[in-house]
Amino acid sequence: MSTVETSYVEPARRMSANGWTTLVVFLPPALLLFTVFVALPMAEAAWYGFYNWDGYNRPEKFIGLKNYGYLIGNATFTRSLINNGLIIVVSLLIQLPLALGVALMVAGRIAGAAWFRMIFFLPYVLADVAAGLIWRFMFDGGFGLSSVITGALGLQPYYLLADKNWAFSAVLIVVLWKYFGFHMMLYVAGLQNIDPSLLEAAEMDGASPFQRFWHITLPLLGPMIRLSVFFSVVGALQLFDIIVPLTGGGPFETTNTMVSYLYYFGITRMRVGFGSAVGVVLFLICVTFAFGYRRLFMRDD
Amino acid sequence: MTEAAYPITETTTAAHEPAGRRPRGFGSIAIFAALIVLAGVVLIPILATALNGFKELGDLQANPLGLPHVWVWKNYWDVLTGYRYWQVLGNSLLIALLTVALTLALSSMAAFAFAHLRFFGDRYLFSYLQLGLLFPVATAILPLFIKIRDLGLLDSYWGVILPQVAFSLAMAILLLRTAFRQLPSELLDAAMMDGCGYFRYFFYVTLPLSGPILSTVAVISFVNSWNGYLLPLVVLNSESRYPWTLGLMAYQGQYMTSWQLVLAFITLTILPAILMFLMAQRYIVAGLTAGAVKA
Repeated sequence: MSTVETSYVEPARRMSANGWTTLVVFLPPALLLFTVFVALPMAEAAWYGFYNWDGYNRPEKFIGLKNYGYLIGNATFTRSLINNGLIIVVSLLIQLPLALGVALMVAGRIAGAAWFRMIFFLPYVLADVAAGLIWRFMFDGGFGLSSVITGALGLQPYYLLADKNWAFSAVLIVVLWKYFGFHMMLYVAGLQNIDPSLLEAAEMDGASPFQRFWHITLPLLGPMIRLSVFFSVVGALQLFDIIVPLTGGGPFETTNTMVSYLYYFGITRMRVGFGSAVGVVLFLICVTFAFGYRRLFMRDD
Repeated sequence: MTEAAYPITETTTAAHEPAGRRPRGFGSIAIFAALIVLAGVVLIPILATALNGFKELGDLQANPLGLPHVWVWKNYWDVLTGYRYWQVLGNSLLIALLTVALTLALSSMAAFAFAHLRFFGDRYLFSYLQLGLLFPVATAILPLFIKIRDLGLLDSYWGVILPQVAFSLAMAILLLRTAFRQLPSELLDAAMMDGCGYFRYFFYVTLPLSGPILSTVAVISFVNSWNGYLLPLVVLNSESRYPWTLGLMAYQGQYMTSWQLVLAFITLTILPAILMFLMAQRYIVAGLTAGAVKA
């Protein structure tokens, strides 16, 4: 995700006629497609966000910041923001340590290490929609895992996905299940780039396994950890596909994320102006995070 | 984050084992046991889904995590012999292949221009394209919907393909430009000296030498397209054009309470991804993680 680069200097080569022809043929298709389907819609979102518009004719009812104002006091949107925050917290406090711990186990020469790595990575290649639906079954109080547990304990069937206090924990479990393997794989790659002689030298000097981990492995994994945190947060901010099959935002709109809020309250009701405003808020959060994070933590990487 | 060639490819195949010695004795057994338990937790939902597709509803309800008492092949057989399953897979395949082909073509050309040609404003244009890395499709989905509608692409394959390509360009161009620049510059000098133009250099030198990075880009854009949900959900209306992700949700909506049918359908729709993963595991893991690491 590098922006303007300064380090690389192509040896000065005068642009020939051939070079110009190449440029004119090679660059415009990508630029055109990007402009039409990425840049313009984003710019238009900023514009539509000031209107009350149902998508037909042209946006004419200018309402200033009312769309944004509505969001500030809206309990459902606030809940969505909190849910996105919860995913981030769980990703950072549970998923990352788990992924790192498992990576340390399967990066070594334990029997079947390659198999374990493959199994843990497997959920990551499944579509979020399928993962959400599989877990909807697992959490179904009348059928799945949930019914096995309540049955064994002799309790009434428990419908986690219908419990407005705890339904969102189901989303968190699915996120953990699906994504920890990806982060584990990042750490495995990071561990394999560590020079073994460093750890051997430390061992010879009498460093304990914990000291070796804390003073050598962990600092050397720094870039990978920062990257993994970055992906966790960005992924958490745009989570949507799991919500729809699992809870559909319910019960009582307690399990929405920002994007599912945008979908259920903007897209399905064709409130283009309002939905655009939600998109702009999401955009600002993503961009602020991306720039801030890179400035603060990823300068050296 | 642009280390030489492939930091992950060779390493995930356990070519050289990392720091640390083989754990011995009790510690090793404890770690192995922990990994087995975790692998069970990861696999049980998938296995339960596949097995429950073989049950009668009553059997499923009484015994959701065990083997079927009677193996009912009909659930799977009905899905496999119906047109619906093949139609959604065919749609997904068509959309994904066209997305990959267009992404590779457009991004490799643009990356080549950025890698080798100096022109006024090149850095600004490159930064402009990199804006695509900053936000997900969801942020601009409503204006994008309006745009697709105004272009007359609503409810068509192209209405899904073109935005997918557009959103994968930023990452693809970044990865490819870096890789193209890492090819020895003597090659380009020699080619130019011999009167070979940029076009021929691109087709006969750059592309043939960039197989690994092109396959990384292909894997990323294929998996994203294959698993895509939000964009087709917003663009497509006709069930005959649904990719499998939408088809799956429609099927679930129709047979809501017959979990055995829904689970059989899920199993069969995720099967291609699982088979691909098992067969091309190295490339897929390398593609998905290397793309992340290098970007």
